[in-house]
Amino acid sequence: MIYFDNSATTKPKKEVVDTFTKVATEYYGNPSSIHSIGLQAEKLLMQSRKQIATLLGVKDHEIIFTSGGTEGNNMVLKGVASQFQGRGKHIITSAIEHPSVSNACEQLKRDGFEITYLPVDKNGRIHVEDVKKAIRPDTILVSVMHINNEVGTIQPIEEIGKLLANYPRILFHVDHVQGAGKIPLAFHDIPIDFATLSSHKFHGLKGTGAIYIRDGVKLDPLLAGGNQERNIRSGTENVAGIVAMAKALRISMEKLDEKVANMQKIIAYLRNELALIDDVEIHTPIEYTAPHILNFSVLGYKAEVLVHAIANHEVYVSTTSACSSKRNEPCKTLLAMGVDEEHASSSIRISLSFDNTMQEAKEAVEAIKTSIEKLKLAMRR
Amino acid sequence: MEKIYVDHAATSPMHPEVIKVMTDLMPKFYGNPSSIHHFGREARHIVDQARTTAAKSIHADFTEIIFTSGGTEADNLALIGTATANENRGKHIITTQIEHHAVLNTCKFLEKNGFEIEYLPVDQYGIVRMEDLKKALRDDTILVSVMFANNEVGSIQPIAEIGQLLKNHPAYFHTDAVQAYGVIPINVQEMGIDMLSVSAHKLNGPKGIGFLYVKNGTKMTPHLYGGEQERKRRAGTENVPAIAGFAKAISESLRTQTEKINRYKQFKARFIEILTEEAIDFRVHGLAEHTLPHVVNISFTGINVEQMLVNLDLEGIAASSGSACTAGSLEPSHVLRAMFGSDSSELYNSIRFSFGFGNSLEQIETVARKTAKIVKRLTNN
Repeated sequence: MIYFDNSATTKPKKEVVDTFTKVATEYYGNPSSIHSIGLQAEKLLMQSRKQIATLLGVKDHEIIFTSGGTEGNNMVLKGVASQFQGRGKHIITSAIEHPSVSNACEQLKRDGFEITYLPVDKNGRIHVEDVKKAIRPDTILVSVMHINNEVGTIQPIEEIGKLLANYPRILFHVDHVQGAGKIPLAFHDIPIDFATLSSHKFHGLKGTGAIYIRDGVKLDPLLAGGNQERNIRSGTENVAGIVAMAKALRISMEKLDEKVANMQKIIAYLRNELALIDDVEIHTPIEYTAPHILNFSVLGYKAEVLVHAIANHEVYVSTTSACSSKRNEPCKTLLAMGVDEEHASSSIRISLSFDNTMQEAKEAVEAIKTSIEKLKLAMRR
Repeated sequence: MEKIYVDHAATSPMHPEVIKVMTDLMPKFYGNPSSIHHFGREARHIVDQARTTAAKSIHADFTEIIFTSGGTEADNLALIGTATANENRGKHIITTQIEHHAVLNTCKFLEKNGFEIEYLPVDQYGIVRMEDLKKALRDDTILVSVMFANNEVGSIQPIAEIGQLLKNHPAYFHTDAVQAYGVIPINVQEMGIDMLSVSAHKLNGPKGIGFLYVKNGTKMTPHLYGGEQERKRRAGTENVPAIAGFAKAISESLRTQTEKINRYKQFKARFIEILTEEAIDFRVHGLAEHTLPHVVNISFTGINVEQMLVNLDLEGIAASSGSACTAGSLEPSHVLRAMFGSDSSELYNSIRFSFGFGNSLEQIETVARKTAKIVKRLTNN
């Protein structure tokens, strides 16, 4: 069994599951309770916050825990929109964001905000000059993802940050869901005002995530209630999930350079081998690319059919993002890159974790080759 | 010293079977339910099964359950979602003065956005009067939100009567059943409930998961935008292990419901019996037959709540002054204020004991004896 769909979700590490079990069993208190059982839970929460903040190179109180990436992205977009609508109602984002950003933007549009969707070039990258051109006096937020989830292109976050440093009234949000634990960003130096993380993308548990909010930056909350998380996010903290997230992030970032280098080797191998197959076109660019994602089309075959054919060999890849894979729509990022609809509808995404091996890649290539040949025969018949 | 946890209304320890279900599942069924391959389908199946369990527990349909990150999110979604989707029909909402902050603060948010909120008072037993509700209902009332049972004093509200009354009114009926669910049988059809919030960690399930029941046909906008999960009503990768753990907690809770109710009633009776024997000056809030079996809120004449809680904690007893979400604040309880007025001594001398999984009669007797001892010591100087 080869799991190559790690951008959809990852397998939690054993240590992460063990941490969850221990905390769930022994520290079940509500961190808001003032008795010792509550205080123990609060202490664990503080330690996890500190650990995550340290790993990300930020201050403890700049980390707010959420239920995941979707909540994080919604919270930043809607929270900033609500907090700063007096200043302006214009938001800049890209044409290739995850639906939790683009659909939140569409909702804001219905509420009277204006959204500029920046185009991308043929490599799936936005251009910082386009950001600059899109800026208006009423722009309040720029939201750009770090690593595209469908194609793997790394966006020019540092350059955008540098540009926006000249516009102190425009806030900068980065959807860091695909990058966290793999390609670190220097939030303070760039500088970034908000970043979204999701634990289940780096071998943590589903239902936990965090946002980084730069010191002193305000936003209206998305969930009202008991005023946990410095009044920014109400709801009893998922203590066991949060401690497990700290563990997962720490493990992910251990020996990171070494792991990334190994992953790059595997991806390069896949790229080279797959490119040799007839009718295969690789969409993931060579430059500015995440180490874990490879997107390609097999012309003439519906992606979904191919995914199932490959799965018969116990190799699990995906069509586009899991969140939109059910609709059978062509890959949004590829369309934005100018790829034609036929290619975009036949695109397959391979996404690795640090645990995948070269041997698995070799087997996967064979499985893909065999699947294509089989389908070819079936179609001729 | 044995620690005795009598703060189950704040949060409850996870049932060992629940932890087992979750941790068995994490390394095996880690797929993203939106993925079309085998891993995704397996995960989808688990979520579907859990949804059936949740639906059946309140006599609802499978399609009427939306999994959320907890009670707070469920309350926010219910209130903001229906208010926003129905504001063309009217902007009047009725709730009570004794709701959880997840409802109260969401109402405040809606007030800021142009809605008119009426906060119904309660009687000295913490129960809403039907006459007050009837008087408050207007043609432009779009939503009535009354909690099933109060979290601080345990007072059970006339839910079925309210449901009956609203059958002849277009307003939606939402109830926050976070404290009642599991210890009171609930039938949403018979009770005429349109929306109902539940949180798993109050019934020995995991933190970070809950559900909102929404009757089919209810007009509601989502709160989180993104992927098309939960029939487009709640975006975000489903928290599969927590959902499975939640389902296990629900099954356990329903299986033992009658037994639990009887046991907690016995605990409560014995608790009060001992305090009476010890001849200290105390008063139990609420009416026995209209109070949750596992919650008892008592005012002790001549004590100060914080001093009392510290002393209880030193004796290894974890109790609370009321809601954990406000335990850290110095604000006296809004529930007790609604029941007794702003000047009453009850605001400063009431303690909530809430029973649950793992408590034995012997423990409850110990808590009662130690409580009496502390009260005597604190009032004899």
